Amino acid sequence: MLQVTDTIVRYGAITALHGISFNVEKGEIVTLLGANGAGKSTTLRMLSGLHAPESGTISFEGKDLTQVRAHEFTRLGISHVPEGRRIFPQMTVEENLEMGGFVRKGSFDDDVDQIYSSFPILRDRRKQLGSNLSGGEQQMLAIGRALMSKPRLILLDEPSMGLAPKIIQQIFEIIGEIREQGTTVLLVEQNAAQALRLADRGYVMENGRIVLSDTAENLLHDERVRAVYLGEGV
Amino acid sequence: MSGIFQFLSAHFHILHITFWPLLVGGIANGFIYSLIAIGYTMVYGVLRLINFAHSEIFMAGGFASYFLLHALIGHSTPSTGGSILFMALGMLSGGLCGMLVAVILERVAYRPLRRRNAPKLAYLISAIGASYFMFNLAGKEFGRYNLSMAQPFVNHSLFTIFGAPVQMYYIVIVAISAAMLFLLDRIVATTKLGRGIRAVAQDAETASLMGVNIDQTIVVTFMLGGFFGGLAGFLFGMSSGVVYTMGFTPALKAFTAAVLGGIGNVRGAMIGGLLLGIVESFSIAFVNGAFIDVVAFAILVLVLLVRPTGILGEQLGRSA
Repeated sequence: MLQVTDTIVRYGAITALHGISFNVEKGEIVTLLGANGAGKSTTLRMLSGLHAPESGTISFEGKDLTQVRAHEFTRLGISHVPEGRRIFPQMTVEENLEMGGFVRKGSFDDDVDQIYSSFPILRDRRKQLGSNLSGGEQQMLAIGRALMSKPRLILLDEPSMGLAPKIIQQIFEIIGEIREQGTTVLLVEQNAAQALRLADRGYVMENGRIVLSDTAENLLHDERVRAVYLGEGV
Repeated sequence: MSGIFQFLSAHFHILHITFWPLLVGGIANGFIYSLIAIGYTMVYGVLRLINFAHSEIFMAGGFASYFLLHALIGHSTPSTGGSILFMALGMLSGGLCGMLVAVILERVAYRPLRRRNAPKLAYLISAIGASYFMFNLAGKEFGRYNLSMAQPFVNHSLFTIFGAPVQMYYIVIVAISAAMLFLLDRIVATTKLGRGIRAVAQDAETASLMGVNIDQTIVVTFMLGGFFGGLAGFLFGMSSGVVYTMGFTPALKAFTAAVLGGIGNVRGAMIGGLLLGIVESFSIAFVNGAFIDVVAFAILVLVLLVRPTGILGEQLGRSA
């Protein structure tokens, strides 16, 4: 479904990605693991056109997206839930959801309703401004907003960041449901153990390179992964 | 002591006679400031920069409508039906010319800088350069004397409020401006276009993730602001005439109004403009009319000391 080949991304003089390659197949949950600054967020930003790669290719459902600009990605079926949620602070919950459906034509009230049934708390808060929501509510809204464009691939950047354990549990359940409903998921997480339990496969990044790739099951039992990312001594 | 009393009573006496005329005139001027302020505030909202060449958009709108009405009306006196037609044409020519100049400005003076991630100061210099270029070009091409606009209607007193005659001119300005500002408010609050503009203003990068084309949204924002600025140039020119330097003072005051209301905030620009127009008008009753500009800027400084983000705060985002 998604094939990334030898992509290099630079920020000025700094090379953030040193030629990474990976793929995501339809219906999978794939997770990218790694320390801060390993290049996980940069990878997602590249996959939604916020940073075009200097070289290498991105292909999605057979189309070359390497030089496509950010605002086209949503139309092509890729939706990005950015790090830090990035809810529009001065828009209501409902307006934020409508922004999620910006590229769609015609009415999408049914879909707004569907988001509300998945996230009942958002229905209660629908007339409130985005800035007045709690972190967990904002994350649900960010995910709901991304689903409004009916993506075939959803990119999730640190959805559990800064949330209470109970809420994190809820968010991971939601991610599972998203896959059940047929949307492919590429998940970036600090919370490696939980991400690996949910995912089918995983890639481990270090300093802008992919250093390890395997099934989630194997990564969960890999000694290096356990030592570095799951916080367990060998 | 008695001197102070005499001074105050004399001035309140003037106010007593002139309260209503000053209010009516202040509201009409205030609406013109509001129309201009919209352009400053919306562009600031999406780009975080002050379009200091906006004064020339106003000037261009004034000249476009001047030339069109001069050709159509000349020295004749239009009939009622003709008046409505000429008003509509004046508004359209002023607004569309303002829009065109705004789009050219964005393309030539701002977009190249945006592509290169230029520092804010570069935009300011570019704007001042564009402004000087345009008004000097207008001065060279159209002469340096004030040109009276052909009047689309006969400006008689329409009715009186508490004995003060209200001229047709004021009614026309207030009606048109109020209708246009209401329309803009609805566009920004309820349409998809408006949602896109607000999204870019609040978080441009995330807006692009939603599928909003940022470049296109910026152009549309310049177009809306340009239309209102050009329209204001026509309404202003109807009573004051047009001249190549006409943009400078009204636009600077409208910028003041935008800051007063809360830069980036559309409703703030409307309120700031009205407030400035009214206060300025009443200042005539208390101080020499020559001080009118001093009063405007003194108010700006005072308001900003108390509320640095302006009356309504700095936010284009709000829908309601």
